[in-house]
Amino acid sequence: MLRKIFAAATLAGLVAMAAPAVAGSTRETLKEVHWSFESPFGQYDQAQLQRGFKIYKEVCSACHSLNQIAFRNLGDKGGPFWNPKYTPNDNPVVKAIAKDYQIADIDSDSGDAIKRPGVPADYFPSPFSNAAAARAANGGAVPPDMSLLAAAREGGPAYIYSVVTGDGTDAPAGLTIPDGKYYDPWMSGDVSSYFKNPGHKVPKGGFIAMPPPLIADRVTYDDGTKATIEQEGKDISAFLQWASDPHMEERKTLGLSVMIFLFLFSGVIYASYRTIWRNVGH
Amino acid sequence: MSDHPSTYQPNSGIERWLDTRLPIIRFGADLMSFPTPRNLNYWYTFGAILAFCLGVQIVTGIVLAMHYDPSGVGAFMSVQRGIMRDVNYGWLLRGIHANGASMFFLAVYLHILRGLYYGSYKAPREVLWLLGCVIYVLMMATAFMGYVLPWGQMSFWGAKVITSLFGAFPVIGKPLTELLWGGFAVDDPTLTRFFSLHYLLPFVIAAVVALHIWALHVPGNANPTGVEVKSKSDTLPFHPYYTVKDLFAISVFMILFAVFVFYMPEALGKVDNQVMADPLKTPAQIVPEWYLLPFYAILRAIPDKLTGVLALAGALGMLFILPWLDTSKVRSMRYRPQYRLFFFIWIVACAALGWCGSQEPDGQILEGVKTFTLIDADLNSVTWLSRFASIYYFAYFLVITPVLGLTEKPLPVPDSLYTPVLSHPAGAPAGAAAAPETKG
Repeated sequence: MLRKIFAAATLAGLVAMAAPAVAGSTRETLKEVHWSFESPFGQYDQAQLQRGFKIYKEVCSACHSLNQIAFRNLGDKGGPFWNPKYTPNDNPVVKAIAKDYQIADIDSDSGDAIKRPGVPADYFPSPFSNAAAARAANGGAVPPDMSLLAAAREGGPAYIYSVVTGDGTDAPAGLTIPDGKYYDPWMSGDVSSYFKNPGHKVPKGGFIAMPPPLIADRVTYDDGTKATIEQEGKDISAFLQWASDPHMEERKTLGLSVMIFLFLFSGVIYASYRTIWRNVGH
Repeated sequence: MSDHPSTYQPNSGIERWLDTRLPIIRFGADLMSFPTPRNLNYWYTFGAILAFCLGVQIVTGIVLAMHYDPSGVGAFMSVQRGIMRDVNYGWLLRGIHANGASMFFLAVYLHILRGLYYGSYKAPREVLWLLGCVIYVLMMATAFMGYVLPWGQMSFWGAKVITSLFGAFPVIGKPLTELLWGGFAVDDPTLTRFFSLHYLLPFVIAAVVALHIWALHVPGNANPTGVEVKSKSDTLPFHPYYTVKDLFAISVFMILFAVFVFYMPEALGKVDNQVMADPLKTPAQIVPEWYLLPFYAILRAIPDKLTGVLALAGALGMLFILPWLDTSKVRSMRYRPQYRLFFFIWIVACAALGWCGSQEPDGQILEGVKTFTLIDADLNSVTWLSRFASIYYFAYFLVITPVLGLTEKPLPVPDSLYTPVLSHPAGAPAGAAAAPETKG
């Protein structure tokens, strides 16, 4: 009795703490996507990460920084351009990507501020020199840094996918959209003060300052994949998931060994326990 | 320790030499041979599990501190870019440390519930219980300050909400808050002093744990029957009987721990904390970690801030005065069916408070039902559920426990803790079991 109730209470507690706070319940249900990295054994799809990186480079990076990621990270194990033949610093693909970027530096002879081509050790430069400049260029909203975007939003990659592919949604009748904003059913927010349509429910979602970012064939994929909006959306979401959680593959691989070890270890200890207590009344 | 005679025999010259100067080997040997009731069940393994948790937190924490920058500008990046991405196995260290806090609290709550159920707080173990309460309060302070260190949105705003509570006190409130902040708002100095204290407090906890174990070894363990040890045949040496049992429990506990660390490292966190602290942008909902939610619910249940803070402190205070509130002569709830029922309701009330703490205060319990407003809140709201649960929480300690102890007719209590053991089918002849040669 005691045991069962405690077990139930513990379980309820675990469920309650695992269930995220329901602050985002005012938004539309996220679109369902199947990801290669979902299951406890799931890993990233390297080709998808490469396609996603292309979207970041050619579309997102115009406004969004990625300031926790260095070029070398692209060549890390589990990363988009990982190649077992090279270290991340020697990886020719990574070197070529880095070289395309101009990095602010100080000339060591003259002390002048200069720009030089990037090397793998450099971090992705921000598109704006500071937050005020970013705000001024984007109608008052700072485009969030993308390094942890997938981890910083309820729903992670499914949320990103829904937002970037969802812009075909027409704004519901009766909703006044503020200048420079777009209606987005997946944003958490409250649009009730902008909604006048008696007899209708206030639509879910909120406003977003980002214009619909994707169109079909916005990029040309190197691997020949057809660049539909859905494909682009999936790829960028997967890339951003990797950016948020670059050690996932390592974590799951080590996790499997640890779990196997712990089960065996528990078994051995349990056998010792039974042996030691064999003739002992308790 | 207590009336447990030392059985240690120094075997070599160096042991004899040391034994007359610093009998530390004797101390360890006596700890290991400590007579322990033979009927302890798995609920009694949480003490060892908690010692394991404290060790894990200290070891991982010390390494994390090597890579951490306690400044407003650097903290977030040193955690997210440094530890989580670049430090070798930094993701693992932080995963263990952050989830370890939750595991620590899970274990401490089960440990406390065990103490409540079996009446472990009663004479002669009041000091043992009080030291445990002190450890629990220190743990909460340590965990709260640790949560601030990554300097994400929830770190910052959580710090702001909790430190502002001290401002509710008249006269001393303002200077106390400014002392905590190291300024006039939560800022760099707050973060730096929290880091310093977060490093200090675990060692204070370790010291109080030493006292807790000392206080345990004076009267010896309580046990599920609540009947004191009466003869040597009631006990077994701690080692190997309980070392192996505790180790098995720790190993199983580690499986649960590892599930979180390796497969859902962020499940217990808040997504907002992945965004760097921004004093100008309040998150939609500020929620503490799960283990503090019941107290947060009690705080919010009361419209007046000072009363709320006092209720929060009082909720903890109940645990401290419990040994003197319980009037029953019977220790274990095994023999107190009525009290046991109220205890289970109390657990449900605590769980309800935890749930309430995670919800918006004006959220509805029954969707779409509007009743009437009473004391600033609709009756069908999270606030009122918190109020009912809080009332029960306090009534359990202040009314039910003292009154029921006098009125309840307990079930017959066995003469010795070994009596129920002997009636057990696997029970061995008394005495034989305690003989060392029977161990495998």
